Amino acid sequence: MTRIYLDHAATSPMAEEVIEVYTAEMKEVFGNPSSIHQTGRKARKKVDDARTILAKSIGAHETEITITSGGTEADNYAVFGTAYARKNEGKHIITTQIEHHAVLHACEQLEKDGFEVTYLPVDKNGLISINDLKNSLREDTILVSVMYANNEVGVIQPIVEIGELLKDHPAYFHTDAVQAYGSLSIDVITSHIDLLSVSSHKINGPKGIGFLYQRKGILLKPIFYGGQQERKKRAGTENVPAIVAFAKAVQLKQATFTNGNVEYNQLKQVFLSELERLKVPFQVNGSQESVLPHVLNISIPNTDVETFLVQLDLAGIDASSGSACTAGSIDPSHVLVAMYGESTPELRNSVRFSFGLNNTEEQVLEAANKISKIVL
Amino acid sequence: MIYLDNSATTKVHPEVLNTFVAVNEKFWANPASIHTFGHQTNELLQSAREQIADILKTSNEKIFFTSGGTESNNLAIFGLAHKYKQRGKHVLISEIEHPSIIETAKKLSEIGFDVEWIPVNSEGIIILDTLEKLVRKDTILVSVMHVNNETGAIQPIEELSKIVRAQSRALIHMDAVQSFGKIPVDFKILDIDAITISSHKIHGLKGSGLLALKKFVEIEPILYGGGQESGIRSGTTSVPLAVATAKAIRLAVTDLQNNILKLQTLSDDLMVYLNTFPSVKVISPAKKAPHIVTFSVQKVKGEVMINALQEQDIIVSTSSACSSRQTKTSHVLKAMHISDDYIKGVLRVSLSTLNNQQEIDQFKIVFKRVMNVIKGD
Repeated sequence: MTRIYLDHAATSPMAEEVIEVYTAEMKEVFGNPSSIHQTGRKARKKVDDARTILAKSIGAHETEITITSGGTEADNYAVFGTAYARKNEGKHIITTQIEHHAVLHACEQLEKDGFEVTYLPVDKNGLISINDLKNSLREDTILVSVMYANNEVGVIQPIVEIGELLKDHPAYFHTDAVQAYGSLSIDVITSHIDLLSVSSHKINGPKGIGFLYQRKGILLKPIFYGGQQERKKRAGTENVPAIVAFAKAVQLKQATFTNGNVEYNQLKQVFLSELERLKVPFQVNGSQESVLPHVLNISIPNTDVETFLVQLDLAGIDASSGSACTAGSIDPSHVLVAMYGESTPELRNSVRFSFGLNNTEEQVLEAANKISKIVL
Repeated sequence: MIYLDNSATTKVHPEVLNTFVAVNEKFWANPASIHTFGHQTNELLQSAREQIADILKTSNEKIFFTSGGTESNNLAIFGLAHKYKQRGKHVLISEIEHPSIIETAKKLSEIGFDVEWIPVNSEGIIILDTLEKLVRKDTILVSVMHVNNETGAIQPIEELSKIVRAQSRALIHMDAVQSFGKIPVDFKILDIDAITISSHKIHGLKGSGLLALKKFVEIEPILYGGGQESGIRSGTTSVPLAVATAKAIRLAVTDLQNNILKLQTLSDDLMVYLNTFPSVKVISPAKKAPHIVTFSVQKVKGEVMINALQEQDIIVSTSSACSSRQTKTSHVLKAMHISDDYIKGVLRVSLSTLNNQQEIDQFKIVFKRVMNVIKGD
């Protein structure tokens, strides 16, 4: 049985071209970019070129890109880095209840250290209210961190409006774009974004690599100390092959940008229509207008997520209860709790399907049919 | 090209590369996912962890995969200091540590820890008598590298742990980035509590490494999020990288005694040759790792030698890659009180088992030529 992988928001397969580039770089360009000899300089050039590609993909300058070990480090760096660099200006941070744990747990850690954090609520559609944000802003607010799009339900936050609101406020605007990057067109200039996190393995690039965009002039406290790599912002020998492979994944995404979006959204629509045709009862969680093309979170009445996922697994379908990071635990999703409250059936019967590379219409039709057999 | 800068980074071993490619092809799932694909991927991750734990002689749950040596060192210093701060605030660090330890320790002292520095003698080896005086009842952490990356000097870790154990409850962290795979490293023989390993220094992949703890030693995280790696290192674990790291580690310890002999033979031969030049001073001490030979040419800048050798396709470095782009003098050489005539002319030849006698012979020929042109020797 060929498995049907519908969990691309957890992690995605590396594209063939990316594997080729990665493998070739590991074989050929193995220098340490800090070395001053030719082997080192060759590696440095590779990193520089890759950085330019990453920067351009969000309308930034290459000096504004700090390469990290992934989305978690980028988020931690943005949150801790801002907090400790600006603690003399203020100790108030605003974020949302539906952030990834890389932001939420970093904020909770800061609370233990004397910072004050406001966690903005979301409505039933998973959207924050600009008014709430406006009312929460204070003179001593140093950071506002709102994710670009949520990883569990795919809902896209009003980033442009937030940027507009914050452009005259001293607080830095950070957005975790891990799930949005590659699916949405992002421009840090027009959106007035100061800090933005990206992860490679969600866009068919290698695991263990990502970046944080930091608008020019922003000075964060590093979280890793050591050598003077990444303009003294991030110590540690650069992971050259992964950086180059990451840039390749970005280029591939850009080449198929509208294509991929349309394609994955098309798969989602086919999947939804088939479920409807088969009379599977379900309700989509989160906004259906402001949503990522490749993420779908549905609640199916009278199912239990744990059992349902096992059944799906036996039927050869890889899906998830929300995020892979929380999948190991039986705690209800903090995102769904924020949307629906503490005790609604959605917390126990919601499943996320996320579409991506190598998925076909036949696969999603087959998945829908298998689901109907399980549910009906 | 003759690559003699293996302490900066190494070429990926073909078998490690194959492992990476194969795992990446078949087991690219997120190991935290609960579907079978995720489980299978996670099982592979756990077996990588087991293999490493066996080699280092600790338990599986004490192996934490990180993004490399720098992160592991940061995690060790911050994480152990914070975990055990109720016992005291005193931390001891040697003067010749890698910047990823030194800068982290400086940061600790900014936030209220009492950091003191263990000095080294002219051979670049920590002074145990001074250490004995520095260790206090409230010392909570001692961090000393196994092999110095700039000189190859082996530090007396076993003696150090005896002194530390006798006088305190401090934990001992050892940066083994330069020693692992070059001399024996494990928790039992050294009696330490934490070990840092970086993959790309042992023919593994960049962007991967680990921190290993002895059984029952605990630590606070420095990255927060999804709670991977038992909550100690959040972020999706790259299983292909972890398995490739395990492979590189296995390869590094396979045939270790023979490899040591091979490297020793090559470096002894090189040292004997270098000593025939009156203006060359060997800086590596007698008690050194077999793969590093550090020396200096009197009154000639290191960069000049590097470029001259490079024109003949031989790659060596000044004392370290991390510092080679800085103009300031190496903190290690300063701590050793290397004289002005020599401190700017330091060169490091670092070998790997992929090097051979022919390459060393070629190095000698080229070196002699270069010395002729530059020094008229």
